[in-house]
Amino acid sequence: MSTSTRRFIFWILIVLFFIHSLLVFTIGTDEDNGKNLMTEEAQIGKLLFQKYNCTACHQLYGLGGYMGPDLTNMISSPGKGEIYARTLLQTGTQRMPNFHLTEEEINSMVAYLKYVDKTGISPVKKFKINFDGTISQK
Amino acid sequence: MKKEIGILFVSLGLIALLIGIFFGCLGAFQFVYPDFLKEISFVKIRPLHVSLVVAWIFLCSIGGIYYYINYYCETKLWSARLPKIHLWIFVLTGVLILVCYFMGRFGGREYWEFPAILSIPIFISWMLFGINYFKSAFKKAGNWPVYMWMWATGIVFFFITFSESYLWLAPYFRNNLIRDLTVQWKAYGALVGSWNMLVYGTALFVMTRIIGDEKIAQSRLAFFMYFLGFANLLFGWAHHIYIVPSAIWVRMVSYFMSMTELLILGKIIWSWKNSLSEAKRNFHILPYRFIVASDVWVFLNLALALAISVPAINIYTHGTHVTVAHAMGSTIGINTIILLASAFFLITDITKHEFTRTQKILIKIGFWIFNFYLMVFWVCLIIAGIEKGILVIDDKLSFQEIMTQINPILTVLAFSGIGIFIGLILIVYPMLIAVYNYLMKKEKVQS
Repeated sequence: MSTSTRRFIFWILIVLFFIHSLLVFTIGTDEDNGKNLMTEEAQIGKLLFQKYNCTACHQLYGLGGYMGPDLTNMISSPGKGEIYARTLLQTGTQRMPNFHLTEEEINSMVAYLKYVDKTGISPVKKFKINFDGTISQK
Repeated sequence: MKKEIGILFVSLGLIALLIGIFFGCLGAFQFVYPDFLKEISFVKIRPLHVSLVVAWIFLCSIGGIYYYINYYCETKLWSARLPKIHLWIFVLTGVLILVCYFMGRFGGREYWEFPAILSIPIFISWMLFGINYFKSAFKKAGNWPVYMWMWATGIVFFFITFSESYLWLAPYFRNNLIRDLTVQWKAYGALVGSWNMLVYGTALFVMTRIIGDEKIAQSRLAFFMYFLGFANLLFGWAHHIYIVPSAIWVRMVSYFMSMTELLILGKIIWSWKNSLSEAKRNFHILPYRFIVASDVWVFLNLALALAISVPAINIYTHGTHVTVAHAMGSTIGINTIILLASAFFLITDITKHEFTRTQKILIKIGFWIFNFYLMVFWVCLIIAGIEKGILVIDDKLSFQEIMTQINPILTVLAFSGIGIFIGLILIVYPMLIAVYNYLMKKEKVQS
């Protein structure tokens, strides 16, 4: 394989990468079922979620640490919901530290979790396995 | 000084590795015993562990590349000063990051959990590395061997993916969770691919030196596999986000691409091992032993990676410890073992140090302890993950009940972490002693 062939393949891959990236940044991720709930308060909540490094222990869509539960659908889960979330944020648990959050911070975090809840389902528990190894959510 | 820079990067990397694994052990015990070491919560311990281990991978890869490019690649390092500045920026930024973690100041993004502002010096230091590498590499006459292509790709794509991982700073990305998660894991998938390029390039370099035949690094097969690996880096990341509701094509593209990279490396190592004569193995016994061990880990991780890339399996394993097994198998089982081989090669090459019989025995014992407990650790993660995955999908138990159920296996995991740590100490300590003696001797001669 000559150097020019190597360079040609390299640049083809780079061009494809940038096209693919552009598509992922736009039409590939355009859908957001919860966008009406991404209020200013929820946006602050997202930044607080990062500031307190919640991802070290919790997951959104299964991504994050495993010390605590996945929070994607915490707000709509039976037996949990907003009051449950508020209580945990106020007091912490044996595993979760009490971050001494202010009332405003708790409101923002809850607003963010409400938004997250509307974006989709995680973990997916009802699905159908297709012949090609892919799955379809029921 | 050019030699010392390589050895300083690698030695700092070895220290970061030991401290990183130490924090990993603490984190594992916090998982099992929530009251353990409450003063430093898991929120701090986890990023300390992750960042230090990532620092080890970068330091050892970069140190090796600085040395190998100057002494083995038929070219000279363009600047001897830039690596020193690079090292200082790396160390100072690293210290600041650790201070931020201890003070509880986070950026809160997986992998890069430090405040976003600290990404600027990292970016600058990487620019210095990139400029120096390309200025040196372009002076080389003739074709680049495949490992130089791999290093170049790793450097360029670190820039691209590191920048991409900070797109969340723009509201367009940040305020749409689906876009934010997709782009974040697109960047991280490729970012891991970029450091794998540095590490696997180093593996191929060490192999060619042990064989003493450069042809393996110019072969058509090596380049074919490099390009497959590169394509994988670019497009094979979406198995991290199969359940994130992005467009279906985003996920399907990588279903077919994902994780062929390990198969590629396995093939190269396999071919290489069969062609090696007994005499050469004995001459480079320490690097050889580690490269062969990485071969075993490549095959184990290959099987796991292929399995979890199938959406029907991924639905059970995603968000469980199986994902951690994949990450640990790759970073410790493959990357660390390859980089330890490189560290042995580089340190013995520079210091001309002959390890004593006792040191060799210690390294050998450490090697087996390390691999044995890593295997126990890895298997525990897989068992815990599968159990958790089935219980979650079954939907009959709460999170707390699931954690209680898998607690015994996590306890075994935590104790096997100590075994990994002890094994590493036995391997790393003689290397650090050799470096220390070399630097002291050098200082004496100079004074």
